[in-house]
Amino acid sequence: MSARTHLAVGQEAIEAKGWYGAHRYLILRRASQVFFLLLFLLGPWFGIWWVTGNLAGSRSFDLLPLTDPLILLQSVVAGHLPGLTALIGAAIVVAAYALIGGRVYCSWVCPINPVTDAAHWLHDKLGLPKGWQPKRATRYWILGTVLAVSALTGTIAWELLNPITMLHRGLVFGMGFAWALVAAVFLFDLVVSRRGWCGHLCPVSAFYGLLGVKSLLRVSAVNRAACDDCMDCFAVCPENQVISPALRGKPGQSPVILSPDCTNCGRCIDVCSVDVFAFTHRFDTRVTETPAAGRTEQTAA
Amino acid sequence: MSVTTHSMSPQRRRFLIDTARMAGGCAVAGSALAYLARDARALPAEALRPPGALDEEAFLSACIRCGLCVRDCPYGTLSLADLGEDGPATGTPYFTARDVPCEMCDDIPCVAACPTGALDPALDDIDDAKMGTAVLVDQENCLNFLGLRCDVCYRVCPVIDKAITLEASHNPRSGHHALFAPTVHADHCTGCGVCEKSCVLPEAAIKVLPARLARGSSADHYRKGWEEKDAKGAPLVEGIIDLPDRLPGPGTDNLATPGGFEPAFKLPGASQ
Ligand code: SF4
Ligand code: SF4
Ligand code: SF4
Ligand code: SF4
Repeated sequence: MSARTHLAVGQEAIEAKGWYGAHRYLILRRASQVFFLLLFLLGPWFGIWWVTGNLAGSRSFDLLPLTDPLILLQSVVAGHLPGLTALIGAAIVVAAYALIGGRVYCSWVCPINPVTDAAHWLHDKLGLPKGWQPKRATRYWILGTVLAVSALTGTIAWELLNPITMLHRGLVFGMGFAWALVAAVFLFDLVVSRRGWCGHLCPVSAFYGLLGVKSLLRVSAVNRAACDDCMDCFAVCPENQVISPALRGKPGQSPVILSPDCTNCGRCIDVCSVDVFAFTHRFDTRVTETPAAGRTEQTAA
Repeated sequence: MSVTTHSMSPQRRRFLIDTARMAGGCAVAGSALAYLARDARALPAEALRPPGALDEEAFLSACIRCGLCVRDCPYGTLSLADLGEDGPATGTPYFTARDVPCEMCDDIPCVAACPTGALDPALDDIDDAKMGTAVLVDQENCLNFLGLRCDVCYRVCPVIDKAITLEASHNPRSGHHALFAPTVHADHCTGCGVCEKSCVLPEAAIKVLPARLARGSSADHYRKGWEEKDAKGAPLVEGIIDLPDRLPGPGTDNLATPGGFEPAFKLPGASQ
């Protein structure tokens, strides 16, 4: 292989597009995570009650109700018929994520994402082995288990453990021992299982994935002809099994990443020095033919 | 079993093993979670749910732990249970009467805020709330029971003279004073906890307890004869023989009354 293989992941993109160009979506994503957290903290910290409540359920501007649909689903299978406000709130959330990609929640809103991203960053830095890698489908099984336990015990079972709402509630209402649970997730991803929590186990990720199966907003490998096999997108993607079908698709196959596992984080767009990826909608199956930037030419250069 | 394995393709075999393994893992994890869920049901006696809260089992299936009730309570009464605290199920709203009681707002903002119905919207009069029942748990330290006129729990009660009354009786210790016993009437007590909060003792002598601890129950078939008689307007059984009453006096065992026998001797120091 050429000397380029030894470049650190993303280095090439930084050289080609500048640091900002190679981190655009990462920065936007962090900004979005901070933004959503801050919305909830404005009240308790500064007395500005635009948004009241937490990720499980909230009320914005004394008008807009939002409810976590998975929590409400557990409540329903546990035998409670939720009030209208909660149902409307859940319907709004479902509609939004069904449109923009279920797992947009994971990468743009969820407060645990920065934690597992940090764990992954450190994991990489320390060069740790990937460790236990349960099947990606494990999370769907766990989702099923959570719903079954909710039904059997008549409780909202996942909320007894859910590190997402614990952390969020902790930040907005007072922490208690929630930090211990967050630390556990961090350590799990760091030493036990690379990308283990969000990518393999979290039932919330499974739920939002299912929510976005038919979502409109998608990343597409439009410019896949230009791919020079640097593999950087595979290195940064938290769900890198989703890339191949689109990127390595034969002519005539859709370049759109259709897997509901894709979190729409846009990191692949950032990290690609030849701009293979772009956000588009799921029906946009265009592929740019750029013979000049074909695989062989690039590698030879 | 072995007959079927013969004909099974390796993929199918692999698939079945994986599925079985996954199902087994989920059964174990699910049981652990179910155990946790059962454990979370134990609501400590001093943790009171907000007004209108469904009974505990239903509440745990309904409350999403959003904290909107907490935010809309103008008195800062409610809080969400912290993880690890030996208290109510994590994240659910509760209050501790001795810290901050419920002030029984007329417009019940906590109930209005609840999006799920975990706090029952049918509660439209705060006087109908049932957060618990106050019980005068310690008659030995209650100042009123000692014969003083503290009366604080009675005075502060938002449902004064209905939920709590002062029942006068003879004070047997002094012999010539009255004793005003603070007496809770469970039908009207909302369990707001203002009395418990206000009790002047270092540890309250009156406490709000969940109904399951505060109340006994009467058996279904018990009837109170005097009520039945009033309802009927006549004795329940006709023609009962009325035996003569035994009045105190000579010839009875009630010797100390006028006309009775004086005791032959008196203990030194005995009164009168
Ligand atoms: S494919 Fe791209 S957008 Fe999707 S999860 Fe992977 S890096 Fe993120
Ligand atoms: S009735 Fe008023 S004081 Fe009592 S919990 Fe509700 S909002 Fe708070
Ligand atoms: S507002 Fe309702 S659902 Fe939200 S925490 Fe309070 S009781 Fe639970
Ligand atoms: S808890 Fe105490 S103050 Fe509140 S209604 Fe009952 S007796 Fe009155």
